[in-house]
Amino acid sequence: MVVDREDGIIASGQADLLLKLEFFSNPELLYVVRAAMERLTERMGFSERECRSVTRAVDEALTNIIRHAYGGHLNQLIVVTCYRTSKKATPETGQALEIVLQDQGEPADPAKMRGRSLDEIKPGGLGLHYIRESMDFVEFSNAGGTNQLRLVRCLRPESTAQGS
Amino acid sequence: MQISVRRIDKTAIVEVAGDIDLSSSPEVRKILLRELRESRTPRVILNMERVKYIDSSGVASLVEGLKASRDAGSRLLLFGLSPIAREVLQLSRLLKIFEIYENEQQALRA
Repeated sequence: MVVDREDGIIASGQADLLLKLEFFSNPELLYVVRAAMERLTERMGFSERECRSVTRAVDEALTNIIRHAYGGHLNQLIVVTCYRTSKKATPETGQALEIVLQDQGEPADPAKMRGRSLDEIKPGGLGLHYIRESMDFVEFSNAGGTNQLRLVRCLRPESTAQGS
Repeated sequence: MQISVRRIDKTAIVEVAGDIDLSSSPEVRKILLRELRESRTPRVILNMERVKYIDSSGVASLVEGLKASRDAGSRLLLFGLSPIAREVLQLSRLLKIFEIYENEQQALRA
């Protein structure tokens, strides 16, 4: 599958579908998605640390969907789609992994999408921080009742040099 | 995830094996708070040698346990952190907040 677009992030306008997962909002399934993301990032050539980082970002994003968008309900649909994209910001490899997460739950409040300061030691509010630390690009949107979180991680030369 | 508690004198050693994520962190939180708030155990040591993954909800449970230990005047110690667990605590700037040891012997001597 090839998706054409020109949005300032994807330079060449090409995105090849790598993986599509549809599953219910059951926290016990997070383990399955993490396993898939670990293998996919390894296969793409990300370093071991980057594989963990991207997997963590997806896991935290799914946790937010289950907890906040779906309010803990277990039987709501979540779709995760992964593309290999071309990205202007990484001319050396020209490759990036784009992950799109979709749900039909309550839209997130953009004001709460920034994450909290880490200066205060308190439980909660760390997931967004992990996501932003792990990904090169994070974009949230809502259209037609569907929430969409778009995460992009570039494949840098040092990633492929280190291998998986 | 599997979790169990064993005791050496006035110390509770909480053994966790598996992933601490959204599905399992409530159990970790429950055990830690039971030991620290209800049982008033003076020292609780969390064995993380067999924890393969920990997410933000797991970290939140540890922070809650730490706060409970401070409120109770007791101690919460960690040992056996994997690189993944260290990364997550580092990202949260919490690595220096916890008492962290390499192994059980060191934690028991501390």
